[in-house]
Amino acid sequence: MVTGDVKLIGSWASVFVMRARIALNLKSISYEFLQETFGSKSELLLKSNPVHKKMPVLIHADKPVCESNIIVQYIDEAWSSYGTSILPSLPYDRAIARFWAAYIDDKWFIALRSILTAQGEEEKKEAIAEVEERTEHLEKAFIECSNGKPFFNGDHIGFLDIALGSFLGWWRVVELDANHKLLDETKTPSLFKWAERFCNDPAVKPLMPDTANLAEFARKLFPKPQP
Amino acid sequence: MNQEEQVQLLGLWGSPFSKRVEMVLKLKGIPYEYIEEDVYVQKSPMLLKLNPIHRKVPVLVHQGKSIAESLVIVEYIEDTWKTSYPILPHDPYERSMARFWAKYVDDKVMLTLWKACLGPESEREKMVEEAYEGLKCLEKELGDKQFFGGETIGFIDIAADFIAYWFGIAQEASGVMIMTGEKFPKLQRWSENFVGNSIIKEVLPPKQKLLALFKAQFGNDPSK
Repeated sequence: MVTGDVKLIGSWASVFVMRARIALNLKSISYEFLQETFGSKSELLLKSNPVHKKMPVLIHADKPVCESNIIVQYIDEAWSSYGTSILPSLPYDRAIARFWAAYIDDKWFIALRSILTAQGEEEKKEAIAEVEERTEHLEKAFIECSNGKPFFNGDHIGFLDIALGSFLGWWRVVELDANHKLLDETKTPSLFKWAERFCNDPAVKPLMPDTANLAEFARKLFPKPQP
Repeated sequence: MNQEEQVQLLGLWGSPFSKRVEMVLKLKGIPYEYIEEDVYVQKSPMLLKLNPIHRKVPVLVHQGKSIAESLVIVEYIEDTWKTSYPILPHDPYERSMARFWAKYVDDKVMLTLWKACLGPESEREKMVEEAYEGLKCLEKELGDKQFFGGETIGFIDIAADFIAYWFGIAQEASGVMIMTGEKFPKLQRWSENFVGNSIIKEVLPPKQKLLALFKAQFGNDPSK
Protein backbone atom coordinates (compact mmCIF):
# COMPACT_ATOMS: atom_id res chain seq x y z
CA MET A 1 0.00 0.00 0.00
CA VAL A 2 1.54 3.28 -1.09
CA THR A 3 1.77 6.02 1.53
CA GLY A 4 1.08 9.08 -0.44
CA ASP A 5 -1.61 11.64 -0.63
CA VAL A 6 -3.13 11.42 2.86
CA LYS A 7 -5.26 14.32 4.05
CA LEU A 8 -7.27 14.75 7.21
CA ILE A 9 -10.06 17.28 7.58
CA GLY A 10 -10.43 18.33 11.20
CA SER A 11 -10.02 20.71 14.06
CA TRP A 12 -7.49 20.97 16.92
CA ALA A 13 -10.29 20.87 19.49
CA SER A 14 -12.17 17.81 18.31
CA VAL A 15 -11.93 14.55 20.23
CA PHE A 16 -12.95 12.56 17.19
CA VAL A 17 -10.36 14.20 14.95
CA MET A 18 -7.68 13.47 17.55
CA ARG A 19 -8.44 9.77 17.31
CA ALA A 20 -7.53 9.76 13.62
CA ARG A 21 -4.38 11.82 14.23
CA ILE A 22 -3.16 9.53 17.02
CA ALA A 23 -3.66 6.52 14.74
CA LEU A 24 -1.75 8.21 11.90
CA ASN A 25 1.05 9.05 14.35
CA LEU A 26 1.21 5.45 15.59
CA LYS A 27 1.78 4.32 12.02
CA SER A 28 4.15 7.24 11.28
CA ILE A 29 2.03 8.33 8.33
CA SER A 30 2.61 11.87 7.13
CA TYR A 31 -0.52 13.73 6.16
CA GLU A 32 -1.82 17.16 5.29
CA PHE A 33 -3.99 18.51 8.08
CA LEU A 34 -6.84 20.65 6.77
CA GLN A 35 -8.07 22.73 9.68
CA GLU A 36 -11.75 23.65 9.55
CA THR A 37 -12.79 27.14 10.60
CA PHE A 38 -15.13 27.22 13.57
CA GLY A 39 -18.66 28.16 12.53
CA SER A 40 -18.43 27.10 8.89
CA LYS A 41 -17.92 23.94 6.87
CA SER A 42 -15.51 23.82 3.96
CA GLU A 43 -16.52 22.74 0.45
CA LEU A 44 -14.19 19.77 0.73
CA LEU A 45 -15.82 18.61 3.96
CA LEU A 46 -19.31 18.86 2.53
CA LYS A 47 -18.22 17.03 -0.61
CA SER A 48 -16.29 14.31 1.24
CA ASN A 49 -18.90 13.62 3.89
CA PRO A 50 -22.23 14.52 2.30
CA VAL A 51 -24.17 12.21 4.63
CA HIS A 52 -23.11 13.66 8.00
CA LYS A 53 -21.20 16.82 6.99
CA LYS A 54 -18.91 16.25 9.98
CA MET A 55 -15.23 15.85 10.71
CA PRO A 56 -12.96 13.97 10.85
CA VAL A 57 -12.70 12.85 7.25
CA LEU A 58 -9.62 10.97 6.14
CA ILE A 59 -8.92 11.26 2.44
CA HIS A 60 -6.52 8.61 1.19
CA ALA A 61 -5.70 8.51 -2.52
CA ASP A 62 -8.78 10.71 -3.05
CA LYS A 63 -11.11 8.29 -1.26
CA PRO A 64 -12.87 9.65 1.85
CA VAL A 65 -13.31 7.63 5.03
CA CYS A 66 -15.68 8.97 7.70
CA GLU A 67 -16.52 8.31 11.37
CA SER A 68 -13.59 8.40 13.80
CA ASN A 69 -13.56 4.76 14.99
CA ILE A 70 -14.04 3.55 11.43
CA ILE A 71 -11.13 5.75 10.31
CA VAL A 72 -8.91 4.32 13.07
CA GLN A 73 -9.73 0.76 11.98
CA TYR A 74 -9.11 1.73 8.35
CA ILE A 75 -5.68 3.15 9.25
CA ASP A 76 -4.85 -0.08 11.09
CA GLU A 77 -5.92 -2.24 8.14
CA ALA A 78 -4.56 -0.11 5.28
CA TRP A 79 -1.14 0.22 6.93
CA SER A 80 -1.12 -3.10 8.73
CA SER A 81 2.62 -3.63 8.38
CA TYR A 82 3.50 -0.17 9.75
CA GLY A 83 4.14 0.58 13.41
CA THR A 84 2.25 -1.31 16.10
CA SER A 85 -1.16 -2.97 15.76
CA ILE A 86 -3.99 -0.68 16.79
CA LEU A 87 -6.70 -3.34 17.14
CA PRO A 88 -5.85 -6.35 19.33
CA SER A 89 -4.95 -9.52 17.46
CA LEU A 90 -7.37 -12.01 19.08
CA PRO A 91 -11.02 -11.93 17.92
CA TYR A 92 -12.40 -11.86 21.47
CA ASP A 93 -10.12 -8.97 22.49
CA ARG A 94 -11.14 -7.11 19.34
CA ALA A 95 -14.81 -7.63 20.19
CA ILE A 96 -14.30 -6.33 23.73
CA ALA A 97 -12.44 -3.27 22.41
CA ARG A 98 -15.28 -2.55 19.96
CA PHE A 99 -17.90 -3.10 22.66
CA TRP A 100 -16.33 -0.58 25.02
CA ALA A 101 -15.58 1.90 22.24
CA ALA A 102 -19.30 1.87 21.40
CA TYR A 103 -20.15 2.27 25.11
CA ILE A 104 -17.82 5.26 25.39
CA ASP A 105 -19.48 7.07 22.48
CA ASP A 106 -23.09 6.02 23.07
CA LYS A 107 -23.28 6.17 26.87
CA TRP A 108 -20.24 7.69 28.56
CA PHE A 109 -19.69 10.70 26.28
CA ILE A 110 -23.38 11.58 26.29
CA ALA A 111 -23.27 11.72 30.08
CA LEU A 112 -20.09 13.84 30.05
CA ARG A 113 -21.56 16.31 27.59
CA SER A 114 -24.76 16.65 29.61
CA ILE A 115 -22.71 18.15 32.45
CA LEU A 116 -21.85 21.04 30.12
CA THR A 117 -25.40 21.45 28.89
CA ALA A 118 -27.08 20.93 32.29
CA GLN A 119 -29.64 23.54 33.27
CA GLY A 120 -29.31 24.24 36.96
CA GLU A 121 -27.53 22.56 39.86
CA GLU A 122 -29.89 19.60 40.20
CA GLU A 123 -29.44 18.53 36.59
CA LYS A 124 -25.69 19.03 36.88
CA LYS A 125 -25.50 16.81 39.99
CA GLU A 126 -27.43 14.05 38.20
CA ALA A 127 -25.17 14.27 35.17
CA ILE A 128 -22.07 14.10 37.38
CA ALA A 129 -23.40 11.02 39.18
CA GLU A 130 -24.05 9.34 35.83
CA VAL A 131 -20.53 10.07 34.58
CA GLU A 132 -19.04 8.72 37.79
CA GLU A 133 -21.03 5.50 37.54
CA ARG A 134 -20.07 4.99 33.89
CA THR A 135 -16.42 5.81 34.56
CA GLU A 136 -16.40 3.04 37.15
CA HIS A 137 -17.50 0.61 34.46
CA LEU A 138 -14.55 1.81 32.38
CA GLU A 139 -12.20 1.28 35.34
CA LYS A 140 -13.30 -2.37 35.48
CA ALA A 141 -12.97 -2.62 31.69
CA PHE A 142 -9.42 -1.28 31.93
CA ILE A 143 -8.43 -3.83 34.57
CA GLU A 144 -9.85 -6.68 32.47
CA CYS A 145 -8.48 -5.54 29.13
CA SER A 146 -5.02 -4.42 30.24
CA ASN A 147 -4.37 -7.59 32.25
CA GLY A 148 -1.63 -5.91 34.24
CA LYS A 149 -0.14 -4.03 31.30
CA PRO A 150 0.03 -0.22 30.94
CA PHE A 151 -2.71 0.25 28.32
CA PHE A 152 -6.12 -1.18 27.38
CA ASN A 153 -4.32 -2.64 24.38
CA GLY A 154 -1.44 -4.06 26.42
CA ASP A 155 2.10 -2.76 25.99
CA HIS A 156 1.17 -0.13 23.42
CA ILE A 157 -1.72 2.26 22.90
CA GLY A 158 -4.50 0.78 20.84
CA PHE A 159 -8.06 1.25 19.65
CA LEU A 160 -9.72 1.47 23.04
CA ASP A 161 -6.99 3.67 24.55
CA ILE A 162 -7.51 6.05 21.64
CA ALA A 163 -11.31 5.90 21.91
CA LEU A 164 -11.25 7.00 25.57
CA GLY A 165 -7.97 8.87 25.82
CA SER A 166 -8.90 11.34 23.09
CA PHE A 167 -11.47 12.70 25.57
CA LEU A 168 -8.89 13.61 28.22
CA GLY A 169 -8.60 17.26 27.22
CA TRP A 170 -12.37 17.75 27.38
CA TRP A 171 -12.57 15.58 30.51
CA ARG A 172 -10.40 18.18 32.29
CA VAL A 173 -12.43 21.07 30.89
CA VAL A 174 -15.66 19.52 32.16
CA GLU A 175 -14.05 18.93 35.56
CA LEU A 176 -13.23 22.62 35.79
CA ASP A 177 -16.71 23.61 34.67
CA ALA A 178 -18.38 21.26 37.15
CA ASN A 179 -15.86 22.09 39.87
CA HIS A 180 -15.77 18.37 40.61
CA LYS A 181 -13.16 15.68 40.01
CA LEU A 182 -14.33 13.36 37.26
CA LEU A 183 -11.18 11.28 37.00
CA ASP A 184 -10.56 10.57 40.63
CA GLU A 185 -7.35 8.96 41.87
CA THR A 186 -9.14 7.24 44.74
CA LYS A 187 -12.29 6.11 42.91
CA THR A 188 -10.70 4.98 39.63
CA PRO A 189 -6.97 4.63 40.40
CA SER A 190 -6.11 2.48 37.37
CA LEU A 191 -7.71 4.89 34.91
CA PHE A 192 -6.10 7.82 36.66
CA LYS A 193 -2.61 6.39 36.15
CA TRP A 194 -3.45 5.21 32.64
CA ALA A 195 -4.50 8.77 31.72
CA GLU A 196 -1.07 10.13 32.56
CA ARG A 197 0.70 7.40 30.60
CA PHE A 198 -1.62 7.98 27.64
CA CYS A 199 -1.02 11.74 27.56
CA ASN A 200 2.74 11.20 27.69
CA ASP A 201 2.81 8.80 24.79
CA PRO A 202 4.79 10.32 21.88
CA ALA A 203 1.89 9.72 19.47
CA VAL A 204 -0.47 11.68 21.74
CA LYS A 205 1.58 14.41 23.42
CA PRO A 206 1.83 16.86 20.50
CA LEU A 207 -1.92 16.57 19.89
CA MET A 208 -3.48 17.00 23.35
CA PRO A 209 -4.86 20.54 23.45
CA ASP A 210 -3.94 22.95 26.20
CA THR A 211 -6.70 22.93 28.86
CA ALA A 212 -6.98 26.74 29.01
CA ASN A 213 -7.37 27.02 25.22
CA LEU A 214 -9.93 24.24 25.20
CA ALA A 215 -11.85 25.80 28.11
CA GLU A 216 -12.07 29.05 26.15
CA PHE A 217 -13.28 27.16 23.10
CA ALA A 218 -15.84 25.35 25.28
CA ARG A 219 -17.28 28.68 26.33
CA LYS A 220 -17.93 29.46 22.65
CA LEU A 221 -19.44 26.06 21.96
CA PHE A 222 -21.54 25.86 25.14
CA PRO A 223 -22.36 29.44 26.03
CA LYS A 224 -23.79 29.95 29.48
CA PRO A 225 -27.01 31.92 29.74
CA GLN A 226 -26.41 35.48 30.87
CA PRO A 227 -27.54 36.14 34.46
CA MET B 1 -17.41 -30.63 19.20
CA ASN B 2 -16.35 -30.11 22.79
CA GLN B 3 -18.09 -27.87 25.30
CA GLU B 4 -15.66 -24.97 24.78
CA GLU B 5 -16.24 -24.91 21.04
CA GLN B 6 -20.01 -24.78 21.34
CA VAL B 7 -21.67 -21.52 20.40
CA GLN B 8 -24.67 -20.31 22.36
CA LEU B 9 -26.87 -17.41 21.41
CA LEU B 10 -29.23 -15.66 23.79
CA GLY B 11 -31.86 -13.99 21.66
CA LEU B 12 -35.42 -12.78 21.28
CA TRP B 13 -37.69 -14.26 18.60
CA GLY B 14 -38.86 -10.94 17.19
CA SER B 15 -35.74 -8.82 17.53
CA PRO B 16 -33.96 -7.66 14.35
CA PHE B 17 -30.76 -7.30 16.41
CA SER B 18 -30.94 -10.87 17.59
CA LYS B 19 -31.76 -12.07 14.08
CA ARG B 20 -28.70 -10.32 12.62
CA VAL B 21 -26.52 -12.72 14.55
CA GLU B 22 -28.58 -15.77 13.64
CA MET B 23 -28.42 -14.83 9.96
CA VAL B 24 -24.63 -14.67 10.03
CA LEU B 25 -24.31 -17.93 11.98
CA LYS B 26 -26.56 -19.65 9.44
CA LEU B 27 -24.85 -18.09 6.40
CA LYS B 28 -21.52 -19.34 7.71
CA GLY B 29 -22.92 -22.75 8.60
CA ILE B 30 -21.96 -22.44 12.28
CA PRO B 31 -24.02 -24.68 14.55
CA TYR B 32 -25.29 -23.05 17.73
CA GLU B 33 -27.59 -23.52 20.68
CA TYR B 34 -30.35 -20.94 20.76
CA ILE B 35 -31.69 -19.74 24.10
CA GLU B 36 -34.84 -17.61 24.02
CA GLU B 37 -34.84 -14.70 26.45
CA ASP B 38 -38.19 -13.07 27.01
CA VAL B 39 -36.60 -9.79 28.04
CA TYR B 40 -39.92 -7.98 28.36
CA VAL B 41 -41.20 -10.44 30.94
CA GLN B 42 -38.16 -11.42 32.97
CA LYS B 43 -34.44 -11.14 32.33
CA SER B 44 -32.77 -14.39 33.28
CA PRO B 45 -29.86 -14.55 35.73
CA MET B 46 -27.77 -15.88 32.85
CA LEU B 47 -28.44 -12.77 30.75
CA LEU B 48 -27.77 -10.41 33.63
CA LYS B 49 -24.48 -12.17 34.30
CA LEU B 50 -23.37 -12.27 30.67
CA ASN B 51 -24.40 -8.71 29.73
CA PRO B 52 -24.44 -6.72 32.97
CA ILE B 53 -23.84 -3.38 31.24
CA HIS B 54 -26.78 -3.31 28.82
CA ARG B 55 -28.88 -6.31 29.98
CA LYS B 56 -30.01 -6.90 26.42
CA VAL B 57 -29.98 -9.57 23.77
CA PRO B 58 -28.36 -10.75 21.61
CA VAL B 59 -25.44 -12.19 23.57
CA LEU B 60 -23.10 -14.73 22.02
CA VAL B 61 -21.23 -17.20 24.20
CA HIS B 62 -18.17 -18.93 22.73
CA GLN B 63 -15.22 -20.59 24.43
CA GLY B 64 -16.64 -19.63 27.80
CA LYS B 65 -16.73 -15.91 26.97
CA SER B 66 -19.67 -13.66 26.21
CA ILE B 67 -19.99 -10.88 23.64
CA ALA B 68 -22.80 -8.34 23.39
CA GLU B 69 -24.02 -5.78 20.81
CA SER B 70 -25.19 -7.30 17.54
CA LEU B 71 -22.73 -5.70 15.10
CA VAL B 72 -19.81 -6.33 17.49
CA ILE B 73 -20.91 -9.98 17.60
CA VAL B 74 -21.14 -10.14 13.79
CA GLU B 75 -17.57 -8.81 13.47
CA TYR B 76 -16.44 -11.32 16.10
CA ILE B 77 -17.99 -14.18 14.11
CA GLU B 78 -16.33 -12.83 10.97
CA ASP B 79 -12.93 -12.62 12.71
CA THR B 80 -13.23 -16.10 14.17
CA TRP B 81 -14.73 -18.06 11.26
CA LYS B 82 -12.81 -16.44 8.43
CA THR B 83 -13.08 -19.03 5.71
CA SER B 84 -16.80 -19.54 5.33
CA TYR B 85 -19.04 -16.93 3.67
CA PRO B 86 -17.21 -13.60 4.21
CA ILE B 87 -19.56 -10.92 5.49
CA LEU B 88 -17.09 -8.05 5.13
CA PRO B 89 -15.09 -7.22 2.00
CA HIS B 90 -11.36 -7.91 1.92
CA ASP B 91 -10.22 -4.44 0.84
CA PRO B 92 -9.69 -1.97 3.76
CA TYR B 93 -11.52 0.88 1.98
CA GLU B 94 -14.50 -1.32 1.10
CA ARG B 95 -14.55 -2.54 4.70
CA SER B 96 -14.65 1.03 6.00
CA MET B 97 -17.58 1.76 3.68
CA ALA B 98 -19.44 -1.33 4.89
CA ARG B 99 -18.93 -0.27 8.51
CA PHE B 100 -19.96 3.31 7.71
CA TRP B 101 -23.27 2.33 6.15
CA ALA B 102 -24.03 -0.31 8.79
CA LYS B 103 -23.51 2.38 11.45
CA TYR B 104 -25.69 4.78 9.48
CA VAL B 105 -28.51 2.25 9.43
CA ASP B 106 -28.06 1.50 13.13
CA ASP B 107 -27.66 5.05 14.45
CA LYS B 108 -29.79 7.10 12.10
CA VAL B 109 -32.26 5.11 10.07
CA MET B 110 -33.71 2.38 12.28
CA LEU B 111 -34.91 4.58 15.09
CA THR B 112 -36.45 7.20 12.79
CA LEU B 113 -38.31 4.52 10.83
CA TRP B 114 -39.70 3.05 14.02
CA LYS B 115 -40.66 6.43 15.47
CA ALA B 116 -42.24 7.48 12.16
CA CYS B 117 -44.67 4.58 12.66
CA LEU B 118 -44.96 4.40 16.42
CA GLY B 119 -43.59 7.63 17.86
CA PRO B 120 -45.57 10.36 19.64
CA GLU B 121 -47.79 12.48 17.35
CA SER B 122 -45.80 15.62 18.12
CA GLU B 123 -42.63 14.06 16.73
CA ARG B 124 -44.17 12.11 13.90
CA GLU B 125 -43.97 14.67 11.08
CA LYS B 126 -40.28 15.30 11.78
CA MET B 127 -39.58 11.56 12.01
CA VAL B 128 -41.35 10.87 8.71
CA GLU B 129 -39.23 13.54 7.02
CA GLU B 130 -36.05 12.10 8.52
CA ALA B 131 -37.14 8.61 7.54
CA TYR B 132 -37.47 9.70 3.91
CA GLU B 133 -34.03 11.28 4.00
CA GLY B 134 -32.48 8.16 5.45
CA LEU B 135 -34.13 5.87 2.93
CA LYS B 136 -33.13 8.16 0.06
CA CYS B 137 -29.48 7.90 1.12
CA LEU B 138 -29.72 4.14 1.25
CA GLU B 139 -31.53 3.93 -2.10
CA LYS B 140 -28.66 5.91 -3.64
CA GLU B 141 -25.98 3.79 -1.96
CA LEU B 142 -27.63 0.55 -3.06
CA GLY B 143 -27.89 1.65 -6.70
CA ASP B 144 -28.27 -1.23 -9.09
CA LYS B 145 -26.50 -3.79 -6.92
CA GLN B 146 -28.43 -6.87 -5.92
CA PHE B 147 -27.39 -6.42 -2.33
CA PHE B 148 -25.48 -3.65 -0.52
CA GLY B 149 -22.71 -6.25 -0.34
CA GLY B 150 -22.75 -6.72 -4.14
CA GLU B 151 -23.76 -10.10 -5.43
CA THR B 152 -23.97 -11.66 -2.00
CA ILE B 153 -25.44 -10.61 1.33
CA GLY B 154 -22.92 -8.65 3.39
CA PHE B 155 -22.49 -6.55 6.50
CA ILE B 156 -24.73 -3.67 5.45
CA ASP B 157 -27.54 -6.00 4.34
CA ILE B 158 -27.41 -7.76 7.70
CA ALA B 159 -27.44 -4.44 9.57
CA ALA B 160 -30.41 -3.29 7.49
CA ASP B 161 -32.52 -6.41 8.17
CA PHE B 162 -35.14 -4.30 9.93
CA ILE B 163 -35.69 -2.31 6.75
CA ALA B 164 -35.99 -5.42 4.57
CA TYR B 165 -38.56 -7.20 6.72
CA TRP B 166 -39.71 -5.69 9.98
CA PHE B 167 -40.41 -2.24 8.60
CA GLY B 168 -42.88 -3.46 6.00
CA ILE B 169 -44.84 -5.21 8.74
CA ALA B 170 -44.65 -2.12 10.98
CA GLN B 171 -46.05 -0.05 8.11
CA GLU B 172 -48.90 -2.51 7.68
CA ALA B 173 -49.67 -2.45 11.40
CA SER B 174 -49.55 1.34 11.75
CA GLY B 175 -50.98 2.38 8.40
CA VAL B 176 -48.04 4.76 7.88
CA MET B 177 -46.66 4.31 4.33
CA ILE B 178 -43.15 5.61 3.83
CA MET B 179 -41.22 2.94 1.99
CA THR B 180 -43.18 2.04 -1.10
CA GLY B 181 -42.14 0.38 -4.32
CA GLU B 182 -42.87 3.60 -6.22
CA LYS B 183 -40.79 5.87 -4.04
CA PHE B 184 -37.96 3.41 -3.37
CA PRO B 185 -37.88 0.84 -6.18
CA LYS B 186 -34.29 -0.25 -5.55
CA LEU B 187 -34.83 -0.79 -1.81
CA GLN B 188 -38.05 -2.63 -2.59
CA ARG B 189 -36.25 -4.98 -4.98
CA TRP B 190 -33.45 -5.43 -2.43
CA SER B 191 -35.93 -6.29 0.35
CA GLU B 192 -37.48 -8.97 -1.82
CA ASN B 193 -34.06 -10.42 -2.68
CA PHE B 194 -33.01 -10.38 0.96
CA VAL B 195 -36.17 -11.89 2.38
CA GLY B 196 -36.30 -14.41 -0.47
CA ASN B 197 -32.83 -15.76 0.24
CA SER B 198 -33.19 -19.41 1.30
CA ILE B 199 -31.05 -19.03 4.42
CA ILE B 200 -32.45 -15.68 5.55
CA LYS B 201 -35.99 -16.97 5.07
CA GLU B 202 -35.37 -19.73 7.62
CA VAL B 203 -34.34 -17.23 10.27
CA LEU B 204 -37.02 -14.53 9.94
CA PRO B 205 -39.76 -14.47 12.59
CA PRO B 206 -43.27 -15.37 11.36
CA LYS B 207 -45.04 -12.40 9.80
CA GLN B 208 -48.42 -12.89 11.46
CA LYS B 209 -46.84 -13.11 14.90
CA LEU B 210 -44.90 -9.86 14.32
CA LEU B 211 -47.94 -8.16 12.85
CA ALA B 212 -50.00 -9.04 15.93
CA LEU B 213 -47.20 -7.78 18.19
CA PHE B 214 -46.91 -4.47 16.35
CA LYS B 215 -50.67 -3.96 16.19
CA ALA B 216 -50.84 -4.44 19.94
CA GLN B 217 -48.03 -1.94 20.36
CA PHE B 218 -49.66 0.60 18.06
CA GLY B 219 -52.97 0.06 19.81
CA ASN B 220 -54.65 -0.91 16.56
CA ASP B 221 -55.31 -4.53 17.33
CA PRO B 222 -58.65 -5.27 15.72
CA SER B 223 -59.23 -8.17 18.09
CA LYS B 224 -59.35 -5.73 21.02
